[in-house]
Order: sequence, then C-alpha cells, then structure tokens
Amino acid sequence: MKFSERWLREWVDPPVDTDGLVHQLTMAGLEVDSVTPAAPAFASVVIGAVTAVEPHPDADKLKVCQVDIGGADRLNIVCGAPNVYAGMKAPVALVGGELPGDMKIRRAKLRGVESQGMLCSVRELGLGESHEGLWDLPADAPVGTDLRAWLALDDAVIDVDLTPNRGDCFSMLGIAREVALMNGMALAGPELGAVRPTGEHAFPVEVRAPDACPRFVGRVIRGIRPDAATPLWMTEKLRRAGLRPIHPVVDVTNLVMLELGQPMHGFDLATLRDGIIVRHAAPGERIVLLDGREVALDDDMLVIADHGGPRAVAGIMGGEDSGVREGTRDVFFEVAFFAPLAIAGRARRLGLHTDASQRFERGVDPAHQRRAIERATALLLEIAGGEPGPVIERASEAHLPTRKPVRLRRDRLALLLGHAVPDDEVLRVLEGLRMRPEATADGWLATPPSHRFDIALEVDLIEEVARIYGYDRLPEMAGAGAAVLGEASEGRVPASRLADVLVARGYQEVVTYSFVDPALQARLFPGTEALPLANPISSELGVMRVSLWPGLVHALKRNLSRRQEHIKIFEQGLRFVLQGNELEQLNVIGGLVAGRRFPEQWGVPGVRVDFHDAKGDVEALLGLTGAEFTFEAAEHPALHPGQAARICRDGRAVGWVGALHPRLVRELDLELAPLLWEVDQGLSLAAELPVFSGLSRFPAIRRDLAVLVDRSVSAEALWTAVKAAGGALLTESRVFDVYQGERIDSSLKSVAFGLILQDSSRTLTDDEADAVVASVMARLESEFGARIRD
Amino acid sequence: MQDAAKLLEQGREEIAACEDLAGLDEVRVRYLGKKGLLTGLLKSLGGLSAEERPVAGQVINEAKQALQEALNARKEYLAARREAAAIEAERVDVTLPGRGEAVGGLHPVTRTMRRMETIFRQAGFEVHTGPEVEDEFHNFEALNIPEHHPARAMHDTFYFGDGRLLRTHTSPVQIRSMRRQGAPLRLIAPGRVYRCDSDQTHSPMFHQVEGLVVDRGVSFAHLKAVLHEFLERFFERKVRLRFRPSYFPFTEPSAEVDVAWGDGWLEVLGCGMVHPRVLEFGGIDPEEFTGYAFGMGVERLAMLRYGVRDLRLFFDHDLRFLRQFNQGAVR
Repeated sequence: MKFSERWLREWVDPPVDTDGLVHQLTMAGLEVDSVTPAAPAFASVVIGAVTAVEPHPDADKLKVCQVDIGGADRLNIVCGAPNVYAGMKAPVALVGGELPGDMKIRRAKLRGVESQGMLCSVRELGLGESHEGLWDLPADAPVGTDLRAWLALDDAVIDVDLTPNRGDCFSMLGIAREVALMNGMALAGPELGAVRPTGEHAFPVEVRAPDACPRFVGRVIRGIRPDAATPLWMTEKLRRAGLRPIHPVVDVTNLVMLELGQPMHGFDLATLRDGIIVRHAAPGERIVLLDGREVALDDDMLVIADHGGPRAVAGIMGGEDSGVREGTRDVFFEVAFFAPLAIAGRARRLGLHTDASQRFERGVDPAHQRRAIERATALLLEIAGGEPGPVIERASEAHLPTRKPVRLRRDRLALLLGHAVPDDEVLRVLEGLRMRPEATADGWLATPPSHRFDIALEVDLIEEVARIYGYDRLPEMAGAGAAVLGEASEGRVPASRLADVLVARGYQEVVTYSFVDPALQARLFPGTEALPLANPISSELGVMRVSLWPGLVHALKRNLSRRQEHIKIFEQGLRFVLQGNELEQLNVIGGLVAGRRFPEQWGVPGVRVDFHDAKGDVEALLGLTGAEFTFEAAEHPALHPGQAARICRDGRAVGWVGALHPRLVRELDLELAPLLWEVDQGLSLAAELPVFSGLSRFPAIRRDLAVLVDRSVSAEALWTAVKAAGGALLTESRVFDVYQGERIDSSLKSVAFGLILQDSSRTLTDDEADAVVASVMARLESEFGARIRD
Repeated sequence: MQDAAKLLEQGREEIAACEDLAGLDEVRVRYLGKKGLLTGLLKSLGGLSAEERPVAGQVINEAKQALQEALNARKEYLAARREAAAIEAERVDVTLPGRGEAVGGLHPVTRTMRRMETIFRQAGFEVHTGPEVEDEFHNFEALNIPEHHPARAMHDTFYFGDGRLLRTHTSPVQIRSMRRQGAPLRLIAPGRVYRCDSDQTHSPMFHQVEGLVVDRGVSFAHLKAVLHEFLERFFERKVRLRFRPSYFPFTEPSAEVDVAWGDGWLEVLGCGMVHPRVLEFGGIDPEEFTGYAFGMGVERLAMLRYGVRDLRLFFDHDLRFLRQFNQGAVR
C-alpha cells in the first residue's frame, strides 16, 4: 500500500524523520518496499495568471501570453498549448528555473518573440500523464506562490508491502494506529461526525445472502452539481497513493477507502432499477465490468444486483452501465461488510486484483460502514453539493464477526519468547492495541478490536506482544535439547560420495529443471507416460522428467553451442515415473559424456570418449558398494542398439548405460554423439561391509592365455567359464587384450587372459599351474569352440 | 722385471683410451686373463732362482693389482659418464602441464547446501528429505494454509490438476517427519522447491533448506541464537542481524531475518516459532512441546557468498560458469 508521508503525519506526527519512520514501520512488521519523492525535482515554478493571449505574429500554432506572477511587471511568454486562455491560472517555470529531466529554463526568442519563462503542463512537471495542455489550476490558486510549497510536494511516498494477516493496515487509519502505538502517541484524524439528512429519499435494499454480506449500508444523494471538480488537495492525496482522479464521486469513495480501509461504491441512481438485491450470482450470469470486460460469473460470487440483473461484483468491481459518469446527478452510495471467505479467490478467478478485493479478502472492519458512508457523504457535499437521504442499513448481527476474549498466560509468553516481558510492558501493548485487557490469575484476558481478524489464539497475542515490545529486545540463548551423536552408517554409499567420485573423475555437476520439454522427452522415451503440469511456465517445460537424460541432453546442447569439446556432466535428483495412477519419485544419479576423452592437451591423443569410458565411470560408482553388478546387452529406445547395457544387481535392473542412438544424434542435431548413463540410487547403493580375508605368504604364478573365439561370444561368458574351470587356485583373472582385425579371421576375435594362480598354504609348481591352464582351455574349447591363438 | 713395469705402463695407456665397457673388458682379458700378458709373465717365473722368484713374483702381482685398479676406476668413470648422458637425454620441460583429466566440481548450489548441512549436522540436526510432487495436505493444509487463505496466492503453485502439486517449499517435510517420528525433533530438510514464476530474479525451480526443532522449552531466543551462529559460520565472519516481524501461516511469532550488508540490510531467511496448529497436524501436543522453524533460499545464500549477480546462471548449465566453483574444499 502506497501513501504520502505528509498525509500520515496529519493523523500522527512522531518526532522522527522519514528514515526513522521507515525503520519504525519495518520493525512493526510493515515491510517498506520503497520510499520515493512525491514529485520529481523541479525549482522556481510559481503560480501564474494569464492576463492576455495574443496570436504569435509569425507562427500559427504559437501564442504570446502576458503572465502575472505577483510582481509589478507581466512576463511575456510564448506558448504552444491549445488550452491557454486569458484568466487561466497555470504553473510558470521562471527563467533560471529547472524542470524534471534536467531541463533548464532560459530567456529565449521563439520565432522572433522573446519568451521569459515557460507555462507548464502536468506532464512537464512529472506529476501525471495528462496530455490536455497546460495545467489549468483552480481559480483560487494564489498568484506568485511557489507551486511546490502550495501543493506540499516535498513529501515522500512510502510503499508498504502488507502481509496477508494485516488487512487492518490497508488504510491511513491502520498505519497511523501502528505508528501512534510505536510512539506512544494519540491519533488525530479527520472529523467524522454524522451528516444530517436533508431529504427523505430512500431506496429499497434487500440482502438475500446475509452470511456473505452481514452488513449493508446505503444512502441516496440527489442533485449533485454535474460540473463539480475534485479539489487539488484530494487529487494530490490520491495521486500519491497511486490513484488517478476519475470523477468526484469515485474520487471520494477512493479517498475514504484509503483513509479508513473501507472500499465503497457509488452508483448512478438513475441506472438502478427498483431496488438493490445482494445475492449470489446465478450460474452463467454475465456482467460488463468497469474495465470494459464482460465476464461470466460463478454461483459462489456475490453480486450487488437490481431487478434487472447484477450491477457490481461485490467487493471486487462495479459494472460499467451503473457507474457514475459525466452528467450524473443522483448517486447511491454502497458500503458493505463482506465476509472474507465470500470474496477470497473470486477476483483472481476473474483475472482481477482490485483495491477493493484485496481489502475484503483480508477483512475490513465490520464496525466501520456507517463511519465510511458519513465521511463520503460529507466529502461529496463539500465538493458537489446535493441532498443526502437517510442512511439505509441492513445488518445481520448473527453473521457479523464477533471477537472472543483470548487468554494470555504469563508463563507461556515467557516460555515461547525465552524472555520474561515485564507485566507493565505487556499491558501497554495490549491497551495500545485496544485489546481491553483484563488481569487473570496467570496472566491476562484480551478481546481484540473489530478491525483485527488475526487474533484468535494465545500465540497471536504473544506475537503482538513480541512485535510491539521489539524483536531486537528479545535475547539470544544458545542450546536447547540434549546433545545427540551423529550416525556413521556403512550400510549405504552416501549420495555425496558418488558425487565426489565423479568430480574426482572430471565430471561437472549440473542442476536441470525437473520439468522438461515433452517433445524431447518423447523422442528419448517414446511410449513412456509422463506427468504433465496443469500450469507450466512454458510448453517447453511442460512435463515431469521420467529420466535425467532429457535435462542432460539439453545441457549438452547448450554447451555444444558454446564450443565446448570435452563434456562430462552429472546430476542427482528425482525422476517421476507413472505406474498407472501411481507416481513413483525415484532418486537417481545420471551422467553424460561427449567429445574428447581428456581435455585437449599435449602428449595425449585426441580420441573421443566411447562406451567403455562411460561404463568405467559407472563401475567406479557401483564398485563403492562392494556388490556385484552385471551389464547385459539390451535395447533401449534412446540408445544405440549395439552400445547399450542394462545394469542389474541381483537380477534386478538398476540402470542403463549406452551411446545415444545415432538417429537421435542426427535428429537433435548434435555435433558430438554422447554416452549416457543413469543408476537408481535407492536400489543400487546398499553397501557390503568389508570383511577381512587372509593374505597368502606364497608367491603367485601368472600364465597368459590368448584364445580365438567367435565374435559374438561375450567377455562376460568367457570370464564365467574361466573362473569356473580355474577353481580355487585361480585367484584373479583379467582380460588384457582384445583383438579383431586383419591378422585373424573376420568372424573371430582374440581375447587374452592373464591368470593369477596362488595357493594359501604352499608354493605352486609349474606343473600345477600348467594343469589349471589346460583345464581352463579345455572348458573354453568345449563351450565356445575356442582355439589357442598362436 | 722391466717387462712387468712396461706392461703396466702399456696397459694403463690402453685403459685410458677405452671409451666403452666392452673395450675395457678386452683390455682386461689381454693383460689379466688366463692367457693374458701379465699372467704369462707369472708363468715365466719358473726359470728364476729360488731367491729371485718371490721378489719377481711380487713385482708382477703388484703390477696386476695396479692394472686391476686402473680398470675399476675407468669402469666406474665410464658408467658414471653413461648415466650422466642418459640423464641429460631424459631432461623434460617441467613447465609443460601435467597429463590427464582435471578434477571436476560440484554445482554451486550443492556446494552451498553441503556447507549448510555440515554446519547444522555438527549441532545435531538430522538431514531429512521428502517427495517433490506433494499433495495439498502436506504442502498447505497441515501448514495452516487452508484453501482460501490469502497466503496460497503468495505461493504461485504448479498443479497437476488432480490434487497433486509441486511442493512450494520444503516445509511439508516438517509435517512428514513430525508424523513419523514425533517429538523431540531436530532436523533440516534441504531440497528442490517450485514456484510458477520466472524472470530475472525468479526461477521456477530453486532450493531451500528448512530447519525444524521441536522439544520441551524451545523458545524464540534459541531460534535467534541458532540463526545468528549459523550465519556467522556460513559467511565465516561476524554478522549483524535484524529480526523483523513478518507473517507465515505456519509460524507465530514469525520473523524475516536481514543481514547488515554494505549500507543497508539484506533479507536472507524467514523463521518463527512453529504454529500450534502445525504441531497438532504433526501429532504433537503444543502444550507440552514448542518448536522453531526456519527456511532459507540456497541460491540467495550462494549468490551472496560468491558474488553471483544473475540467478539464472545456476540453471543454464554453462561449464564456464560451473567450473568457477571447482576450487576449495567442501565437506
């Protein structure tokens, strides 16, 4: 909420400067968003009276004016504004003065005629957007007076960001109440007596939804002057609060709303048929709003209707055809208390957020409607005359909010704050907040005033005491609760350990959005259903990811466009898998590598990463568990059919590794073909506890064995056979070479094993070692038709 | 015995002329081998008298020994010379960069979150996590934000249209942990959160660390102390704080915390005493237990700590940006 500091000081004028005031508001929980000057910098602008207007001898569109600024001499000013007339009062920027935008006013000749200053528009002074030529000041504006001083423009506009619980501060009255309390001062405020009706004009009012509208107050005012203008003091207050002057009736209702926090509406009585009905909208009922839009209403929206249909959406916005306009003579003022829950959310549904709706949603003072209508009547009479009828009130006491006394225990207050606030301070706060405190055996009983909607529990009172007493006066106290020792579980590999291993292997972590481009995801995972967002930020971020791969591929693209040649990235996070209607949120780790195997450097050939680089990284991670994992050739729609492996633990699939399918590399227009992997962190990270086994004191023997087998035979199959045939003496076997090529038959490959043989109780003989090799060979021969490679 | 001296002289000259170990060995064989010249002289001693023989023999043996010493010295010299040459040949340019892969790095958000976890773990906080696709109950209702509460409008929630939504804060973890474990509790909940808002200063996805302590006698004074200490450990310097009254539906009293920064104040987190209704939703008796809670934006803290000025860089995957956070130890 924006307001003028000077206006606030009309209500309460604490002995602090603007900064001090801002600090007080902030520490009362009214967060100050900004403080801006009420007018831009300009100087030497005075009120002038145009005494004569002559056409310019040498220019059709210019006029030569004589302007009285209070001295003996008239200024000769050349002016191009179409609305200038003799007798007009307008701001004059004097020679030597300055206008916003660093515009210096100099003595100048315009087409041969000397101009001794400049007549100004509202816009040239930075006080509005009006294009209607010179600012036509009121006839009683004092000639020669400095405009800044006359309009009190040396003022600050303070914008306060109110939290949803503080609807009571949506007004000058509310802000002033807080400031008065913080400074221990009394409130001034405008005189708000009742206005005596001078006519008997009434208008029928029927409230059919008393639960939603517990109080409705109306009044007819007949015969306002159609040519009345809103006085400058009022338009200035409105302007500083961010509102434009519209029509005296609207301006008055806006001013009352700003003053008292009570939104109200002025209808053109001539447009209303037969009487007011406050009711819920019929489903599908339509109304054209003041902003010109036609909207369809829901049946939980409250309307102010007449016998012809809805004339306003209650608490949100008036209708176009019933509003006041030029020529309006008879007015019907409407002031109501609408229950917050009857208004909340409706404006948003209509695509609106109005000054009225935000106040009603948070709660306006249910005791304030008469005060508001009297204030509005008085203001309107002052500006536009007219005959007020009696105040019409329809109230349903049963539906008006009641304020129940709330208990505040002294001990509870001290416990929650960790500090014993002295009793007299507590009383000062409760009295200052008009809570009517009564002493009880263990504390106080406080009854909140009608304008506070947020005080129902003891803790609400504790917050109020803390807030006004001052958070900065509450102590800091170390340590609550007993010391707890931390865990050091070895049953799982911590996710952070995986990240550290990848980082040590050169991976860079990325964080990608959990929602991804549905088109990209569908290319990688055709047929996999993804959870769509109902209100995505954009269609490219429309569905929840079913894998980390769409995000990683997107990150790859971003970096390829930045000419990166060595890309190793990983991410940890959830993927979202739909199983029918059930959603699984699985914690996974995934990576992508592309481009050079190493960063470009001397002494290392510039080869590109391949499948086994990625697999090596995955094995390094899974190796941390000490468990056995298998990699089996399998098909995945996103992966190269010849370079894809499903990763299993105990026969259960836990992840994938492979090269992106060449078709996708082409379709996605990737300059480098990436390898991708992803492993489920929930399923795969259970770790085995290390168990010591004895070390042999006897020397090991190594035998190398190179065999020729059909290309289709997997290393895994050979290895299994080698281990089975090698028996207990074979302690380790490794593949140290694989060859396919010109030197052997094209259907074959050569696989070379290094076999490490050792016994734990004695030194092996060469004969024993040879026998093991022979049995391994025999097994490979019978199972795979293997031959020894010569 | 002229011969022995002459042979010694001659042998020494040949040794000195030797440039490799093979040549040196030839010299050894020629003089000292079984058929060598000095060995031959010993054999000729048979022609001498018994008085002359020992004297002559000693002269020859001394010559043999002297020659052997010359051989050894030359051999040592040649070996040293060869090693020196080899070393010279193996000289490298130590200014060329070392070979292999450089170490990668954690994302600055992870790095920041880990530091936060480390600081809180040391004070006995457990790390709890929860689902990111949440329901209205855990994200709103149990946190004292009923359906029409204006605070829901502040949250810009992503919905799935079936009652499910993306959590707007990590506070639902509070509820889950309270319902699962009961009091006392001392936890932080780090993780991703989502708001339907995207511009220069808002990301539709960001990270929060939420904290919750529930025990007997927990007070606002404890909250003030723990946050002050945390922020000093996080920024590794003394910081001046301002606790400013604010509003969150799930805490009361509530505060926003500002850190003195340059000439002004910077908001860094929100906190407060757990609202009694939230404790009740968590199955905890608010008369017996009290608690405090706080929530901080990880990106905001990372931006302040590292001087990052554009939030969007965190989610742009630019390796040139990410590599700037690879230095230094994080634990």
